[in-house]
Amino acid sequence: MSEKKESIVSTSALRAYIMLGVLGLIWVYFHWATGSIFLTPTNLSNLATQMSVTAIIAVGMLMVIVSGNIDLSVGSVLGFAGGIAALSMTTYELGLVPSIIFAIIVGVLIGVFQGALTAYLNIPAFIVTLGGLLAWRGAVKWLLGGYTVPIADDTFKAIGNNYVEPLVGWVIAGVAVLSVLFMAYRNAKSVKDYGLGEANYSGELLKAIIPIVGVIAFIWVMNAYRGIPVPVMILLAVALFGAFLTNSTTFGRYLYAIGGNADAARLSGIDNKRNVLKVYALLGALTGIAALIFTGRVGSAAPDAGVLKELDAIAACVIGGASLMGGRGTVFGACLGALIMASLDNGMSLLNVRDFMQDIIKGSILVAAVGLDMMGRRRT
Amino acid sequence: MPLLEMKNIVKEFPGVRALDGVSFTLDSGEFHSLVGENGAGKSTLMKVLSGVYPHGTYEGDILIDDQVRQFRGIRDSENAGVAIIFQELSLVKELTVGENIFLGKEPSKLGVINWSELYHRTSKLLQDLNLDIDPRVPVGNLGIGQQQLVEIAKALSKEAKILVLDEPTAALTESEVEILFNILKKLKSRGVGMVYISHKLNEVFEMSDRITVLRDGKTVGTHNASDLTKDKVIELMVGREVGNIFPEPDHELGDVVLEVKGLTAFSIDVASKRVVDNVSFHVRKGEVLGIAGLMGAGRSELLMSIFGAWPGRFSREIYVNGKQVSLDSPASAIGHGIGFVTEDRKRFGLILEQTILDNMTLAGLKRISGKFLTNRTKETMAASGPMQSLRVKANSPLTVTGTLSGGNQQKVVLGKWLLTNPKVLFLDEPTRGIDVGAKQEIYAEINKLAKTGLAIVLVSSELPEVLGLSDRVMVLHEGRVTGEFVRKEATPEKVMAAATGNH
Repeated sequence: MSEKKESIVSTSALRAYIMLGVLGLIWVYFHWATGSIFLTPTNLSNLATQMSVTAIIAVGMLMVIVSGNIDLSVGSVLGFAGGIAALSMTTYELGLVPSIIFAIIVGVLIGVFQGALTAYLNIPAFIVTLGGLLAWRGAVKWLLGGYTVPIADDTFKAIGNNYVEPLVGWVIAGVAVLSVLFMAYRNAKSVKDYGLGEANYSGELLKAIIPIVGVIAFIWVMNAYRGIPVPVMILLAVALFGAFLTNSTTFGRYLYAIGGNADAARLSGIDNKRNVLKVYALLGALTGIAALIFTGRVGSAAPDAGVLKELDAIAACVIGGASLMGGRGTVFGACLGALIMASLDNGMSLLNVRDFMQDIIKGSILVAAVGLDMMGRRRT
Repeated sequence: MPLLEMKNIVKEFPGVRALDGVSFTLDSGEFHSLVGENGAGKSTLMKVLSGVYPHGTYEGDILIDDQVRQFRGIRDSENAGVAIIFQELSLVKELTVGENIFLGKEPSKLGVINWSELYHRTSKLLQDLNLDIDPRVPVGNLGIGQQQLVEIAKALSKEAKILVLDEPTAALTESEVEILFNILKKLKSRGVGMVYISHKLNEVFEMSDRITVLRDGKTVGTHNASDLTKDKVIELMVGREVGNIFPEPDHELGDVVLEVKGLTAFSIDVASKRVVDNVSFHVRKGEVLGIAGLMGAGRSELLMSIFGAWPGRFSREIYVNGKQVSLDSPASAIGHGIGFVTEDRKRFGLILEQTILDNMTLAGLKRISGKFLTNRTKETMAASGPMQSLRVKANSPLTVTGTLSGGNQQKVVLGKWLLTNPKVLFLDEPTRGIDVGAKQEIYAEINKLAKTGLAIVLVSSELPEVLGLSDRVMVLHEGRVTGEFVRKEATPEKVMAAATGNH
């Protein structure tokens, strides 16, 4: 029995290490192929900014997928929320804060609406959000009259383009290292509290080294260019929030339960419908935030903003180990998946790979990644 | 020379010997009933006959027309003239009556279906059976009873020599039963041999030439129907000592904890059919109330409706500790102190890919951890209680439940509900498919829980289990209460008589 348990625990840990290894290989290859351009602070800073929109959506998408659902409409919703923000900045001159709030509220309302259709009217999520994919894209075109609306306001554009002071970066690094150490201490102590054995402080400390080195390296690289980009700051906050929700709240546990066995969850007193509604609202809010970054970065709202973003987000979740059947997946995996996708985009662009070839390669890698994963699972 | 002969059939499942040397014969033109308690081996025997369990997975011989047959699958047995109508319908609801009847053997040339021939032959077949059903109507548009008749027509279209009917009347109205019996009589006169499995002894005696009784996977006897009485059959069915694996309960009964008045629940498939019809009962603190009944008697539906989880329509009044409550969802039922160890742990009880800990704390999560945040330490502390008291055999609470044995899985489900701190605990088939050792442990736990003052409602298809554990037994038959016995009066014969509608 104990062997069984340990093998399962280590498979999920092993999985994360394999993915990190794959990421490393991709990076080393691109660094070599681009003649040492890829792994420079400038490019890595760009890469982090490029992945942030997809990754923020992927965090929300991951939770929707874990609950056994899907959302195909996020790309169109991103365009629509961005359009609303742009119009409220320009035509209606409502100012920065109201525009930000509007974009997020629009995302939440659409999420609640589509979530309600799925959860309470039992229309399959695939259909509801496929309809949403079309309808909200139509709505953006209508809203913007088919034109691109430029935004002149620098504070708005800062959301997508500015950097945080290097000093702030180091403060964040310090806080992060301290919390990793604190969590390692708590983990070690809890082993004793659970009555599962003696507290192994040195072992936990050893395990904490990788994240600590990672944090310091990350801040150092970002500061070596211009500091942490604002979109990446937002992504970090969103990812931490998502990891907290999925790991440490009753809501998160219920999502895994609903996706794992909806009948068992319902009979255990969980309100499946309401939790599904909530998770769609959450994805809507995150899509609104992503829309602000996207629009700020480009400096305008366009009728085709966010096209195919839903597929990037779903691909990130799946590459990160989420099951489309529900019940399985992690926020960390989804972010790593988004980073792998963004690395491919970035590296192939540096290599001047033609865009049709990029699509073919990305598509093949998505299918291959899941195929390998399934083969690995069957063996265990 | 018998049409069919099954000799010394032995069929084993992991840990259970479902058939233990059963022999059975059937003559052409004979109507032969197969009766026995749930789990006696009737359906298993017929699955052996039809090749659902292929040759090699059982011991013994099957002879048809004196030739030994070794079926590798249903197709083989069909070719040999065996047609089975299972309890669960095997029709495609979206396809028409004609398409269903000829599914897989459509009259066609070069893969192009000859629709007019198909429908012509269908209507001839239906006419032959005096069935007034449109061949071009999708099967899903028909009532369950008519679907059952279509299923029979389908079996006949294969020109079966041996027709097996497994509880065919469970979903039929009286007039549909009459239509069915007329068809069967016609087939009999044509020389078709029929094996009829039913819990309804009235029907069995109305139609049978011979009756074979199975018990615990063994043949108790085969007799001419004219030599038997219903009482005799019931005696043969239950004629087994209630083993002493049940500790004698000495529960102290307290006040009424749960009272249910006038519970009626309707079928999901047929909105007008009552699966539970005006059932009222109560259970006291420290009491084990057993609910006996045969498959389809409405036991699970009754519990589901009280719990607010029955997906069909239902109505009832519920009182907890004398106060009326509405219990409109499982959450509110749990909030009022009702726990529900559901049947079919893999489907309704567990999230198999999750750990023991995650499963055990799921129903009581907010009570254990807090409303918004989970707390692993508190959860582990809480789960360690039932893990130890129920003796869940796993090294760690982090073992994935899918890797556990059936008995340990069942203990996890039980533990999950104990962690909701219930006043009333429903147990629906709590020992199905688990080994004897685990069964005994669960029996002991049930007794212990009752002694601590928990009110328990126990549903089980195993009569000895209900009789051995309960202070009081309520019997359901076709959704109605057909008997209620205190422990002393609850004999297997009386309960079985009530369960088969012979009270």
